[in-house]
Amino acid sequence: MKVVYTDVLVIGGGLAGMRTAIGVKRRGLETLVLSLVPAKRSHSVAAQGGMQASLGNCVKGTGDNEDVHFQDTVRGSDWGCDQEVARLFTHMAPKAVRELAAWGVSWNRVTRGDHEVVIGGQRETLTAQDRAHGLITARDFGGTKKWRTCYTSDGTGHAMLYALGDRANAEEVPVHERKEAVALIHDGKRCHGAVVRDLISGELSAYLAKACVMATGGYGRIYGVSTNAVINEGIGQALALETGVAPLANLEAVQFHPTAIVPAGILVTEGCRGDGGLLRDKDGHRFMPDYEPEKKELASRDVVSRRMAEHMRAGKGVESPYGDHLWLDITVLGAAHIDKKLREVKDICNYFLGIDPAKEWIPVRPTQHYSMGGIRTDYRGESPWLKGLFACGEVACWDMHGFNRLGGNSVAETVVSGMLVSEYVADFCEDEKGGLNPSVSLAETFVARERRRLQQLCDREGGESAVELKKEMESIMMERVGLFRNGTDLETAVAVLESLLSRSRRLSLADNRPGANPELVLAYRLPRMLKIAIGVALGALQRTESRGAHFREDHPGRNDREWLNRSLFFWRDEEATRPEVEYQPLDIKTMELPPGFRGYGEKNITEHPDAPSRQTEVDAEGESSGADRHLLQDRLMPFRQLLPEKYRGDNERLDELPE
Amino acid sequence: MSRILNFHILRHNPADTESRPELVTYNLEEAPGMTLFIALNQIRENQATSLAFDFVCRAGVCGSCGMIINGRPGLACRTLTEALPDEITLLPLPTFELIADLSVNTGKWMSAMNHRLQNWVHLHQKPEIDRMEPPMEPDLAEAIYELDRCIECGCCVTACGTAIMRDNFIGAVGINKVAHFRLDPRDDRSDDDYYQVIGDDDGVFGCMSLLGCQDICPKELSLQTQIAFIRRKMAMKGLFPEK
Repeated sequence: MKVVYTDVLVIGGGLAGMRTAIGVKRRGLETLVLSLVPAKRSHSVAAQGGMQASLGNCVKGTGDNEDVHFQDTVRGSDWGCDQEVARLFTHMAPKAVRELAAWGVSWNRVTRGDHEVVIGGQRETLTAQDRAHGLITARDFGGTKKWRTCYTSDGTGHAMLYALGDRANAEEVPVHERKEAVALIHDGKRCHGAVVRDLISGELSAYLAKACVMATGGYGRIYGVSTNAVINEGIGQALALETGVAPLANLEAVQFHPTAIVPAGILVTEGCRGDGGLLRDKDGHRFMPDYEPEKKELASRDVVSRRMAEHMRAGKGVESPYGDHLWLDITVLGAAHIDKKLREVKDICNYFLGIDPAKEWIPVRPTQHYSMGGIRTDYRGESPWLKGLFACGEVACWDMHGFNRLGGNSVAETVVSGMLVSEYVADFCEDEKGGLNPSVSLAETFVARERRRLQQLCDREGGESAVELKKEMESIMMERVGLFRNGTDLETAVAVLESLLSRSRRLSLADNRPGANPELVLAYRLPRMLKIAIGVALGALQRTESRGAHFREDHPGRNDREWLNRSLFFWRDEEATRPEVEYQPLDIKTMELPPGFRGYGEKNITEHPDAPSRQTEVDAEGESSGADRHLLQDRLMPFRQLLPEKYRGDNERLDELPE
Repeated sequence: MSRILNFHILRHNPADTESRPELVTYNLEEAPGMTLFIALNQIRENQATSLAFDFVCRAGVCGSCGMIINGRPGLACRTLTEALPDEITLLPLPTFELIADLSVNTGKWMSAMNHRLQNWVHLHQKPEIDRMEPPMEPDLAEAIYELDRCIECGCCVTACGTAIMRDNFIGAVGINKVAHFRLDPRDDRSDDDYYQVIGDDDGVFGCMSLLGCQDICPKELSLQTQIAFIRRKMAMKGLFPEK
């Protein structure tokens, strides 16, 4: 058995994983990154629109700060998030953008003087002040009070991932490409590393480490149509779940993005609407103001997606061979803007639809996009149930997104959580308790188990086909666990998925060739994908309320009295066909922003009994203090003590500097 | 009546000692809007379960799916079958290590090239991330991004006469990278430094100006201009090293 030793094993080579590895290396520890694909091909590269950070440099960003970003994030989450984590995040986001600027990301910049923009379909002129010239600018995104989304054209993820990849090269972080973690090595209390399969040679080896950081992204590919890259199959979450110890959280919180093109399911950025693009129906009517008069196209994603679906149900969709769709109209922005700021969108329209978006409308409909749920961690990114297992980025439920994520907050989360988790994981490794004599015999047990399973798969004849079962999983998720959910459909979905999982325990291969074998890879992943799918459907079935992206037609209201909590999924019995679900309450008494109405979508809330008293306390602090915002914030919900010392400083802003 | 497409695909699995390279034909009924991504997945699902190929984003931004499509390198994910004749030949990108069938190890090649050219911002100083960021001219930021749009798909390398003859040639992808960092004021390297890594026949002087790279670049980068510009700068450095 080949064994590789390191201090911190990072599984996943996207933005979160790369930033974590760089941070760990800078702390003087050994680290290495495992990636299914060349790291620069990770799904992070596809992020188009941008990264939220309250720099406040552009005209419409003036007056922005951490407090406003925090409030937007908590409201966006429909009060499902961990508010301490949201605070850590909004404090760190400006630092993350500025660090990336120094590392080579060419963020778009403010130009002094007048420039024309489109707001609500109307042309307006904004005038940027001289002293903001050359600072990082921002565009508008949904669910935010200020223009806060920093961007490089519509290739933000690409620019960030390449800068981080280059930085990792500079700092000699080893990246082992085309390697797949197939199991976590653990003793029930502590994570020791992972069993890893080489996707070229098929060889199995053990990677042993003091700590593992999962950074493998989301689980969108359990759905038949998703904006996710084809590698986002939820395997990172499943490996944690399969330890039987570490739980996942909020699996039912699945976001649909309003504007994926039809039929390919490829995303066009929210920046299209942020920059002034409009949604239109089959009559060319701009319908969003009818539903959401205040935020219109820029309500949060869950709300816009549902309004679109509602409008199509009302017969206003455009019929096509691939089902109904609506139109995204960015012709109002003009060719010059599209050529510079939305060129990936232009390419996508050109190559996949054969249209020029400066002249024609884009066919779009809501499509699965983001997984708010994932490996449950504390604010340090560690699983409280399995020591030494950390997670960050989309794979984690670190929980700053709650039940709905705001656009531009996920790319920001990847680097921010990477910056923080790298410090916490390094602290863990340096601590006495972090010491580990990795057990080679334990590793041998796990490697032998995986070898046996792979061999069984190759030897079995006449079993089930992974391709067929996967198609059934994808279609049931699309049909019954989508944007609108109800008890009857979800019960059926859970039952069908459980039977698929049972059948998946008897998979066989048509061709068991050695080396790179995509059929084997799929067959090995499928039962794990099914476990996640069952968790999503079961979580959605049991949550008899609507919160953020989770919407139950038979329970359309948000019910804080019974459901202000986080769902936890444990898979303790390997032979089971469904996880055990438990619930972890969110404590209103410690919230800086007690539950209220989001300001968009339906106002239909069953209030929690603790909400009014906490609101009274918060209001009283506000009135009595008269102090500066940092002091008030600290009285309501202190968080800086949770940060690594080097990150505790205030963020400098233009309008807080002397003229 | 939709067309029947005949795909001739190179099959070879180096990990299997029995395997010999051969072109295998698969037939598929064309559907509206079909891309090579859709077609290859259908072939794998129904006809050749072990067919190896690489897709990640399937949207033209990750650079995974470069292959030779009827003799020309390109991204398979965004190639519509309607743009192709009934007979479609797919080959893996040459010059890269073959993993199996249409899958090649571009990542290994790009990683080696990037290490060799030290392709990262060589920083003046540690960033002060609590402070306001240093300003940058908006036009310059856009010009840098323009060169940063390369997706390292490898198409330019396989379209390059020099790269096919000379294993160590860094290709247009490498030269464009250098041009990118040279433009970036955050990088404190001088032309002397760049000359050390690309001032030879494996670098910018190996280019024969056949311009295959520019013809096929899926991101339509100005590779011809970048090569000419860097070659001129490096030639001056070579001729007058003291300047």
